[in-house]
Order: sequence, then C-alpha cells, then structure tokens
Amino acid sequence: MSARIRPGDTIDGFTIDGLLHAGGNGYLYRVKPPRERDPGFPVLMKVPGVGRGEPTLGVVSFEIEQAILPQLNGLHVPKVIAVGDDPLQPYLVMEAIVGEGLAALVQRAPLVPEAVAEIGAAIADALHEIHRQHVVHLDLKPENVMLRPNGDAVLLDFGFSHHARYPDLLAEEQWFAAGSAAYVSPEQLRGHRGDPRSDVFALGAILYELATGEPPFGEPTTYAGMRDRLWRLPLPPRQLQPAIPPWLQEVILHCLEAQADRRPPTAAHVAFDLRHPGEVALTRRSTWTTSAGFARQLRSWWRSQRATQIPPVRNIATAPVILIAVDTEHPDDERHPAMQRAAAAIVAMYAEYRLLLVSAIRAAPLGEGERLEDTASGKHLEHRNRLRAWIAPLKLPTARTSLHVIESAGPAATILALANANHVDLIILGAPAPGERTLAWWRSVASDVTAGASCSVHVVRVRPRGAGDTDDVEAVP
Amino acid sequence: MRIALLSDIHANLEALEACLAHARERSADGYALLGDFVGYGADAVAVVDIVRRLASEGAVALKGNHDAAIERVDSYFNDDARAALDWARRTLTDEQKRFLAALPLTVERAPVRYVHASAASPERWEYIDSASAALRCVQASGSTYTFCGHVHDQQLYFATARGRMSPFTPVAGTPVPVRGPRQWLGLVGSVGQPRDRNPAAAYAIFDDAKREITFFRVPYDHHSAAATIRRAGLPEALAYRVEQGI
Repeated sequence: MSARIRPGDTIDGFTIDGLLHAGGNGYLYRVKPPRERDPGFPVLMKVPGVGRGEPTLGVVSFEIEQAILPQLNGLHVPKVIAVGDDPLQPYLVMEAIVGEGLAALVQRAPLVPEAVAEIGAAIADALHEIHRQHVVHLDLKPENVMLRPNGDAVLLDFGFSHHARYPDLLAEEQWFAAGSAAYVSPEQLRGHRGDPRSDVFALGAILYELATGEPPFGEPTTYAGMRDRLWRLPLPPRQLQPAIPPWLQEVILHCLEAQADRRPPTAAHVAFDLRHPGEVALTRRSTWTTSAGFARQLRSWWRSQRATQIPPVRNIATAPVILIAVDTEHPDDERHPAMQRAAAAIVAMYAEYRLLLVSAIRAAPLGEGERLEDTASGKHLEHRNRLRAWIAPLKLPTARTSLHVIESAGPAATILALANANHVDLIILGAPAPGERTLAWWRSVASDVTAGASCSVHVVRVRPRGAGDTDDVEAVP
Repeated sequence: MRIALLSDIHANLEALEACLAHARERSADGYALLGDFVGYGADAVAVVDIVRRLASEGAVALKGNHDAAIERVDSYFNDDARAALDWARRTLTDEQKRFLAALPLTVERAPVRYVHASAASPERWEYIDSASAALRCVQASGSTYTFCGHVHDQQLYFATARGRMSPFTPVAGTPVPVRGPRQWLGLVGSVGQPRDRNPAAAYAIFDDAKREITFFRVPYDHHSAAATIRRAGLPEALAYRVEQGI
C-alpha cells in the first residue's frame, strides 16, 4: 500500500510532501495538512511498512501504535492529529518533533557524566509519563528518542508497546515481540510484556552507551547471543571509562540488573537518582572496575534460573515517591509526632518507595555571619540535621530517603515545584497550627499545596486541646 | 451507533433497568439483547415485556437456552434452574411465550454477528471457555465482530497473526480499540446473574463508528432482586447467587 503513495498525493486532505524515512516499522512522510486541520506545527504521516521478513509484523505493529499513541497525553510523545481507520489505507498523522535524535548523540559518546545524567533523567521523565498512562514502550533505543530544544525527551514508535488495559496483539507472537537486540530486557526475551521495568533496563543500556560509547551487551545478531543477558553481567562502565563517577555506575548497573525485582522500581526513581547524585545509595556495584569474576557471574546465573514464573502486569503505583514537608523552623511543634505517625503508617503500606524529606526555610541573610549557624551553609546543615533527627525514629532504610533543605520565600510553591520535578505521588504535610488560624485558611501552605498539587496530598491536623467536635471542621478539599 | 450488548438477563428486572439507564446515560442508541431473558430470576414477565418493546423498536433479540426451554425442557438443567423455568412457564402469557419461541438463534448486521452461545452450531449451546472454542465460533461466524453471552464472565478474544484466538480480560469502564480486519469475539457477561463474586450487573457498549468496545459493571439493588426470588418461592440458592454474585 505504501508503495503507491507519491509526493503530491492527497490522503484525507493531507498532501504528501516527500518520504522522510522508510524502515521496518513503517514509512514516514512529510505532509501538509488541510487548512482546517492545521495544528500550527509541522506534521508527519506514518503508514505501515513490511518489516523483518515477516509480512504481518509491520501491520500488527502499526495497529498497536494506532491504538496506543492517540491515547497518550503529554509532551513526551508526539501529538496525534489524525488517525486513518480505513483498513486498506491506515495512517497516523502526528507532530513532527523538532529537536535532536538521541541516535546522533550516541554517535558522540562517551559523553561527560553530567550530560549522561541530564539526558538520562529526561528519558526517565518521559518513560514515567507513559508508564503512568498504563503503557510500557518495550522498544526503547536511541533511534526512538528525540530531545526537544528545551531538553525534554520525546518517545517515538509505539509499535511494540503494551497497554495494560488493552488486549496485547503481540502477546502470542514472541518472536516478534522482543525489542531491539542491544537494549531488550531479559524478561522480554522470555515473552513477558507487562513490566515497566523492562523500559528501565533499556534506559540502563542507553545510559551505559552514552557514558562509555559501547552498548553493554554488544549488538548480538542471534537469539542465543541476546539470551546471554539473562544472567551475564556487563563490564563495569568504569572499566571502560575510569572518569565515570561511582554514583553513575551505580545507577547504570542498577537499571541493568537481569532480574526486574532488583532494578529501580520505577523510572521516577531513576530520574531522581540522576538528578541527585549525592543521594544515590552506593552499593558494591559502584566500586567494580574489573569484569565480573566467576563467583559473581555464578550468582547471577543462579538467580536467572529461578526467575521463570510469568509475572502479572505491573502497576507502578505500588512504588510511589512520597514527599514529606517538615517544618524544621519549629522543631517543637506538636504537629511533628502526628506527622511522624502518619508517615510511618503510609510508608508501611508499600514494599518499595522513595521518600523525600523537605524543609523549606526562610532565606539566609546575604553574606557570611560570625557564627556558623548564621551563615547560609551553617543554616542548611542545621536544618538537614533536624530533618535527619525527624526521620530517625521511623527506622527506615536510609537508601530510600533523601533530605532536602531549600531556601524559599514561598514554601508552598517550593514544595509543589519539587513534587512536580520528581514525579511525587503523595505529599504529606501539616495543617496550619492553631496560632496560624487567624489567617484565612486558604492562605496556609497546606491549602495552597492541596489546591496546586497534581498528586494526592495527606494533610495532618492536630486537634487543639479542649476544642469541641464541631469548631474544627476546616475540611481540606 | 453505540450499541448496548445485554445478555443473560435471567428475569432480573432490577439489573436490567440499571443497565438500560446506565447505557442511556452513555448515549447508547441501539440495543442487542443476546438471549436468556428468563430462568433463575423471578421477574420473567416484566423482563420479557421490556425485551419485546426494545425489539419492536429495532433491537436485536435472540433466543437463549433458557428461553428455548420454555417450549421444551432440556434434560441438562439442574433442579433449581428447572424450578425457575417451571415458574416462568406458569407466569408468562401465551403471547410472551410465542414471542420467545419465535426468536432467532443468531442475527448478522454487518460487520457484527450476534449469537447467544456460539456461532458454531448455535442450537448446541456450546460454552466459549477456551481459545479453541472461540476459534470455532469466529470461523463459523465469518463476521469481523461476534458478540455472545451464555458464559457469564466478560472476555474479549482477538485473532492473532497466526490465526489463533487470544483471550483478554477487560477492565470495566476502559474503552478498548477493536480495529478490523482482524476478528474479535466479545463475551459480554451477564446482566442478571454475574458469577465472579461481584454482584454488579455486566454488559458492554460497542461503538461501531469508533470501533471501540467498553465493558461495564453496574452496581444495582441486588438485595431487592434476591428478595423477589424469595417472595416467588423459588429455591433459596437462586436468591443467594444473585446476592453474592456466584
């Protein structure tokens, strides 16, 4: 069908300008939209191709993309303008992404660690965005990632993707279903298609390649070659590039764990680590500088032998990022014990989570003072210690907790910005103290955060002593 | 059109009315009633009246095995089912019985075929409980879309590239794209007697323009439906099943 499309042809009002790309996953044409459907940005038309010697693959892939892509929202996927439903002439018209392809950047690898982290965090943001919308990409590779001029990553080609609430048209087509050889996760090779952590593995492979210039498992051309990664550990990135810092190696190898359960539970956790190198919990992985010896490979092989059960489709909501806003300016406030109880109860509900402990403090005076506690750095240190003391009684693993002291004139805006930037799923904070009640309630931090948040908010309120049951009913919406 | 697909109502008036109201709110403008209007429940007369009215307005209405048993009892019904059928036979008017007797086993309205049990020998009331049964059904159907009831659980089968049928358990309330030309088989669930431990009534809406099917679960006053069964003196087990969704 695609062979019949020529420049100048018109399909449903879209005029073909020229062929941009022909590949296994279809043909991409530059098109001019009819005036009434002009979205104001350049658009492309994609039509199914015939790929990899399997005449049905291109058509099935296209059907999957046609079902999934129009359902995805946000800046991390191309916006869909039109869907051609006629089975004889199916097409998708979508936003032509303006920016740089990740494949071109990989050509320039190895990149400096800061650049690797920045690009990796942008891709992790994009992955988390689609995972939240029940989609696993399953064919993440440099060719399928574009970077907008502002640094945002855009994911392309959803022809191998899995939607948790749609029938999986590739479920029984295992030979087709594996992604690209250099990036595909071990579980995909076993036919598992419902786990967002498969994309985390592919992200690890991309980070590895950006940091070292080499893909972690080479570019195997046989199925047996691909299956090596079910247990074989890649060379530590620092063996290839000694300049790679331990924290970055930790993040990369964590993503590349052969068992999905041993990887970061969500892409949001990876994004957080890449943006907060100082908060990455270093394990022995971070120190390796030589290839794995026999004992380490044997352990990995042994683990791979036990992982044969097909897991259910995984929901990323089981591993939330939780932000707790702690008022360290008033450490003796009676709200603190109530908030600690709430935090302990909520965290206990999750096997996996990431905790951000945040203190928004008043800006320090300019210039360094005489005493340490008057200087900006001294003040930060003091509040950081208070945060650490606040969380200590909960006896939580420190690897999952990070402490953030931020100077701010408006705590609510600071908390919201931090929550948005780090894919926070739940904010826990205190309601206004009794002394603050004289203010209109909507001027409190709690109400501003509740109104402005894009996630759930748990507001902890301490009932004033002696107050009746009815005069304390400032419900938070 | 947005076609509400309702099957296995089983004389449960409360459940049927709840599903019809739910479908109207979602702009359904067509109805396909896939059989088993009677049996198990105690409101056969009222349910058949609604079915007749919808059929006179253009709805598809098919014969199910319980409807067929009003004319002629098959030996495979258990005692409880038989008691409810005997009761329906006593309460339905002759005109209603003639209506049920005249219902077709299957109807095709391209690109959709409707049938109560399986398009492969509809009169044998085969259960679609496996990929191979689903394949026999769509092969006999020949249509792009085949919608059935009979098994009380909701399921969506699709033809794979290798010509097999693959099952999918739908998430209630999520529209699922079902583009041709591959074949799709929707088992729409039971309005009047769900059996998955969730008493909420089950049905689906097929949007033939968007090529989208949405499966629904509709909570309704199932205690009232059970009370009607008890008042009619039907076996306690039938009331209990409606209450528990088993």
